[in-house]
Amino acid sequence: MELNSKLPSGPIEQAWDKTKFDLKLVNPANKRKYRIIVVGSGLAGASAAAAFGELGYNVHCFCFQDSPRRAHSIAAQGGINAAKNYQNDGDSIFRLFYDTVKGGDFRAREPNVYRLAEISVSIIDQCVAQGVPFAREYGGMLDNRSFGGAQVSRTFYARGQTGQQLLLGAYQALERQVATGQVAMFSRHEMLDLVLVAGKARGIVTRDLVTGKIECWAADAVVLATGGYGNVFFLSTNAKGCNTTAIWRAHRRGALFANPCFTQIHPTCIPVSGDYQSKLTLMSESLRNDGRIWVPLKKDDTRPPRQIPEQERDYFLERKYPSFGNLVPRDVASRNAKAVCDEGRGVGPGGYGVYLDLEDAIHRLGRSVIEERYGNLCEMYERITGEDPYRVPMRIYPASHYTMGGLWVDYNLMSTIPGLFVLGEANFSDHGANRLGASALMQGLADGYFIIPYTIGDYLAGTKLEKIDAGHPAFREVENEVRCNVKRLLDIKGTRSVDSFHRELGKLVWERCGMSRTADGLRHALEVIPEMREAYWRDVRVTGAEGEFNQQLEKAGRVADFFELAELMCLDALERNESCGGHFREEYQTPEGEALRNDDEYSYVAAWEFRGAGDAPALHKEPLTFNYVHPSQRSYK
Amino acid sequence: MNLTLYVWRQKNAAGKGRMVRYEARDINAHMSFLEMLDVVNEELIAKGEDPIAFDSDCREGICGMCGLMINGKAHGPERGTTVCQLHMRHFKDGDVLYLEPWRSKAFPIVKDLAVDRTALDRIIAAGGYISVATGGAPEARAVAVPKENAELAMDAAACIGCGACVAQCPNASAALFTGAKISHLGLLPQGQPERHRRAISMVIQMSREAFGNCTNIGECEAVCPKQIKLDAIARMHRDYLVAGVTEKQKQQARDDEPVEEPLAGGRR
Repeated sequence: MELNSKLPSGPIEQAWDKTKFDLKLVNPANKRKYRIIVVGSGLAGASAAAAFGELGYNVHCFCFQDSPRRAHSIAAQGGINAAKNYQNDGDSIFRLFYDTVKGGDFRAREPNVYRLAEISVSIIDQCVAQGVPFAREYGGMLDNRSFGGAQVSRTFYARGQTGQQLLLGAYQALERQVATGQVAMFSRHEMLDLVLVAGKARGIVTRDLVTGKIECWAADAVVLATGGYGNVFFLSTNAKGCNTTAIWRAHRRGALFANPCFTQIHPTCIPVSGDYQSKLTLMSESLRNDGRIWVPLKKDDTRPPRQIPEQERDYFLERKYPSFGNLVPRDVASRNAKAVCDEGRGVGPGGYGVYLDLEDAIHRLGRSVIEERYGNLCEMYERITGEDPYRVPMRIYPASHYTMGGLWVDYNLMSTIPGLFVLGEANFSDHGANRLGASALMQGLADGYFIIPYTIGDYLAGTKLEKIDAGHPAFREVENEVRCNVKRLLDIKGTRSVDSFHRELGKLVWERCGMSRTADGLRHALEVIPEMREAYWRDVRVTGAEGEFNQQLEKAGRVADFFELAELMCLDALERNESCGGHFREEYQTPEGEALRNDDEYSYVAAWEFRGAGDAPALHKEPLTFNYVHPSQRSYK
Repeated sequence: MNLTLYVWRQKNAAGKGRMVRYEARDINAHMSFLEMLDVVNEELIAKGEDPIAFDSDCREGICGMCGLMINGKAHGPERGTTVCQLHMRHFKDGDVLYLEPWRSKAFPIVKDLAVDRTALDRIIAAGGYISVATGGAPEARAVAVPKENAELAMDAAACIGCGACVAQCPNASAALFTGAKISHLGLLPQGQPERHRRAISMVIQMSREAFGNCTNIGECEAVCPKQIKLDAIARMHRDYLVAGVTEKQKQQARDDEPVEEPLAGGRR
C-alpha cells in the first residue's frame, strides 16, 4: 500500500493557504444534498458538526453519553495554546510550531504542525466570540500563562476548567444547529462498525444504548472524532466510557493505525489507593512550579513524611537535573518517579507514590499565596484522599493520560479509507511521540472548526458517489456481523466480569508497555495477550439481554477491542528500536538515562494494516523529513 | 465498613420501580461512592444478578453525567460535590442509605438510577448560545471584558448540567440551570445582541419541558455541585421581564415561539 500523505510543497508558511485555494468547493446550493456522519461530540466532533451545519450540510452526530456536552474534552484543566504573542514575550507562529515539533521528539510532520500553530490564533477569536469566559486582566484584556515549561506565556485559560468552557462553546454551537434542523443529534448511541460501499466509507452501524436497537445510517462521508484509547490501561485519567471501538472497527475495515505505542503518561496524578480503584485523577502539573518532589533516601522508610529529616530525603529530580529540577518534561518526571518506586523507596499504600511537597513554598511565600495559586487543586486532593496538602505532602504518581497514536490520516485528515476522516485525539497527526501541555484542545478545535470544513468539501466535490441508502446490501452484511458479535458476547455466560478482565489486561499493558518498555517485556506481553483474549471470549460473563439498557454489554464490546489494540501497541513498541517522547525503551538511552532516538532508522510514522484476526498486521512506513526544525537531542541537565 | 442500601430498581421508562435492599460489605473509606456501587455490582454479577444501572463518565466531577439521591439529597451529604467525588469516609459503619434516581417529570427514567436529561439539551438549543458562525469572529482582543464580569460569567458557566437542581427542587424547576446559561452569556458583551430573545426562548422551552416554576426556595443552590448562586435565577427573571415589556420584542417572541400554557411541573 502506497501512503500518500498529500503534504503540500513550497514554503511552509504558505502551505495551508495554498492548499485551501487548491481544494475544490461544493456549491452552496449543493451542500444540502450531502449527508455527513460525525461520531463523537467532544471538541473535535462538536466543532466539526457545528461547522458543517453552518455550511449547510446535513449532519448526523452520534455520541454514547446522554448528552454531547459530556465528552471527555470537558475534563481538560490547564488551557489552550495560541501564538497570539499578546504578552510581547517573543512568541510567534513559528515558535509554537518549533516547540511542538521539538516537544514531539521529531516524530510529527512539519506541515501539519505548522498549520496547527497558524490556526491556533483563529481558535481564540472564535471562542471569545462564542462567549467562552477566558481569564481576563483588570484592563479587560485576555490573560495568559506559561504552561508545561514553555518559555513564553501563550496559554489561554478559564480557571482550571478550560476544556469544559471550550467544549460548552462547541456544544452550544452544535445545539444551535440542532435547533435549525441542520444537525440531527443522537445521544446514547454507540458506533459499532463502519460500512464501506465500493471501497468508500458510506455509513455506520450503531446500537441505541437505551433500547438496544441496532441501526444503519448511510452518508456521503464519515467523520470519526472519538478520542483516544488510554483506557486500554484500565486505570487512566480518561473518562470511564472512553474507548477505542470506533477507530478499531474502522481499522479492521482497512484504515491504517499509526504509532499505537505513542502514549503519554502524566506525572502528577493521585496514586492508586486500592484494588477497587476505577480511575485516576490528574492534578494540574502547575503544582510542580512550587512543589518539591521527593522520596525517603532509605528503602522501606515508613515514618510519616514530616518526621523524615531533610538529610534523609532524596529530592531526586533536583539532584539529577539541577537546571530544570522539578520542571523537567512529563516523560522525564514520570520515569524517574517510577524508578525510585521500583527501588522500593515509593510512599503511600502499595509503595507506588512520591511526595509533592508544598512546605517550602508555604514558608517562602505564605499560605495565602499558595492557596490563591493552588487552592482548588488542594481542595480536590483533600476531597479524594482525605489528607490536607497544606500540612502533609501530597502523594502523586504517573498515570496514562493521552494517546498520540491513532488512525493514520493524510494532510486533509482523511484515513486510508476514502471518505473516512479522523479528527482530534483519534488521529495520530500532530503531536509526534509526545504532546505538549495545552495542545490537545488546540488540535481538537483546529481540526473541527478550521480544517475539516475545507477538506471534506474537496472530497465530496471531487468524488463520484453513487446514491445509496441504509437498505444497501453492504449495510445488511455489516449489521449482521454486529448482531452476531453482540450475541456471541451475551452467549458466553462465563464466570468472570468484564471489569475483571479489563483490569488484568490493563495491568499487563501498564507494566510491559507503559512508562518504560523492554524487548523482553513486550515479547512476554505479546505471548500473554492472545491467551487472555482467548480466556475472555471463553469465560466472560455479560449479564442482561440485548434489547435493553445494558451497561455490561457496552463495556464488553469495548474491552474486546482493547484486547486487539493492546497487542498492536506492544508490537509497535517492540518494532520501534529506539526511545522517543513517550516511548521509552530501556535498551536505548543515553548514559544520563535520557531517551535515545535513532533518526537514521526510525524517523518514520509506523502505520499498521489489519490483515485479518489472528494474522500478523503489515507495517507501512511514512518517512518524516525535517526542513525547518533540525532533530537534536533533548537535555534537561 | 458495612452498609445497607435500598436502591430504586426499574427496568425501563415504562416499568414499575421498587426499592430493593442490598448489603455493601467491607467498604473501604477511600472509595468513591460510585466505586462502592461498582463493588456491589461486581458481587451482583458474580451471583448472576442484574447489576444496578447508574450513569457516570469522567468520575472527576466535571462531566455532569453522574447523579443520584442519597437519603433524599442530590449528590449526597457533602456540599459542592458530585456523587463521583463523594468518598465513603463521609459515611459510617452500619449506615442505611436510600438511593433514588433524579425525580422529575421532565427526566424520564432510563433504568434504575439513570435518567434521560435531554430536556436540558433542548433548553440550550432554544437559545443558550451566541450566534456566531465559524470563521466570522473578530480579533479576540477587540472587545475588552471587565474582569468582574468575566469572573461572574465564569461562575455561572461552571454549571455541569447534571440536573441536581431539578432533582432537589420541590417544584422540579430548572430555573438554576437555565438562569446559569442566561447569566453566563448575558454578562458578556458578546452576548448582548441576543440577550432578551434568548431569555424568552429559553424560559418558554423550560416550561414546555414540564419543569416546574421557581418559587425561590433555594434548595437548588444548596445541592449544586458547582455552587451556582441564586443570583442566576434573579438575572433570568430580570432579562425575561425586560424582554417582556419591550413591545417589539414581545411581538417578535409571539411570532417566533407560539407560547403554550406553561405546564405545571411536579414530581412522580
